[in-house]
Amino acid sequence: MAFTNEQMERYSRHIILSEVGVKGQKKLLNSKVLIIGAGGLGAPVGMYLAAAGVGTIGIADADTVDLSNLQRQVIHTTADVGKPKVESAKETMLAINPDITVNTYHEFVLASNIADIVKDYDFVIDGTDNFPAKFLINDACVLAKKPFSHAGIIRFQGQLMTYVPGEGPCYRCVFKSPPPPDAVPTCSQAGVIGAMGGVIGSLQAMEAIKYIIGKGELLTGQLLTYDALKMEFRKIKLPHGDHCAVCGKEPTITELFDYEQAVCGVNYDE
Amino acid sequence: MENYNIDEYADITDVVCPMTFVKAKIALEELDDGQIISIKMNAGEPVQNVPRSIKDEGHQIIKLLHNEDETYQLIVKKVEDE
Ligand SMILES: [Zn+2]
Repeated sequence: MAFTNEQMERYSRHIILSEVGVKGQKKLLNSKVLIIGAGGLGAPVGMYLAAAGVGTIGIADADTVDLSNLQRQVIHTTADVGKPKVESAKETMLAINPDITVNTYHEFVLASNIADIVKDYDFVIDGTDNFPAKFLINDACVLAKKPFSHAGIIRFQGQLMTYVPGEGPCYRCVFKSPPPPDAVPTCSQAGVIGAMGGVIGSLQAMEAIKYIIGKGELLTGQLLTYDALKMEFRKIKLPHGDHCAVCGKEPTITELFDYEQAVCGVNYDE
Repeated sequence: MENYNIDEYADITDVVCPMTFVKAKIALEELDDGQIISIKMNAGEPVQNVPRSIKDEGHQIIKLLHNEDETYQLIVKKVEDE
């Protein structure tokens, strides 16, 4: 595949980089990334991956755009209120870069459908806002041997880790199981600065791009935490969970299942 | 290295920085290891920067020829990375 003049110009700032070059840009154009959640995290991820020329982007979200989303979910605009988020996100991504294909999944990811969605992609982004979805995405990716980026944001805090099969612990190794529903912050406690999604989501996009071009070091075996008020980034080394229920030596989770969603559902990150 | 056969030609006189380097890089990508390309470029910024950038990428600069019309021909041997 040769570049068109338009592609040469569009991706010129990638091609100039020795770590990307012509080969890396072709890898990006041939890659497929699934973003689960078109919210505060999924918005910057989708926009940066579309702009970068990730050739196929899948976006899954069951919600419609609400006015209260616009403070942080920068892929949607005021005119999109009431539209399915996946449609609004697709429009923005294609407006940024018509050179790519966007697949939409206007549904909740559940044990019953996630394996079928994930199987077509090279890398998965967890941009969801609740623990049941996070554990489901982890288990689905571990069982399907798919690399993925976990992230969460709340208030002024964010966290991030990358799972690559065989190269370090999974999300469940670290966090075991969802906290009891009454321990999860409720909607009224779960404010967040919009730029938090920009910071952490952009890091997720960066991990996906590095994975695709095969350069640099990924955040495997480590959890990055960000405290915006203290302006502090920290990297915590994570041990591999030999006894992990899904990726350990003797796994007890061999089939996907759904955890019950907390009553006040919009709680963790978005 | 005086004896060489040119396998490919590229012309980057129709673009400006940084597309000069991008276009040269894409032309080099099309070559096999050891093949030789002649890249036509303008005087000034292109001839000051493009040869240096190509060298930084690990390719071998064989010669820079000054054409009569104030353009240059940069003769480069492709060195495959990795
Ligand atoms: Zn695990």
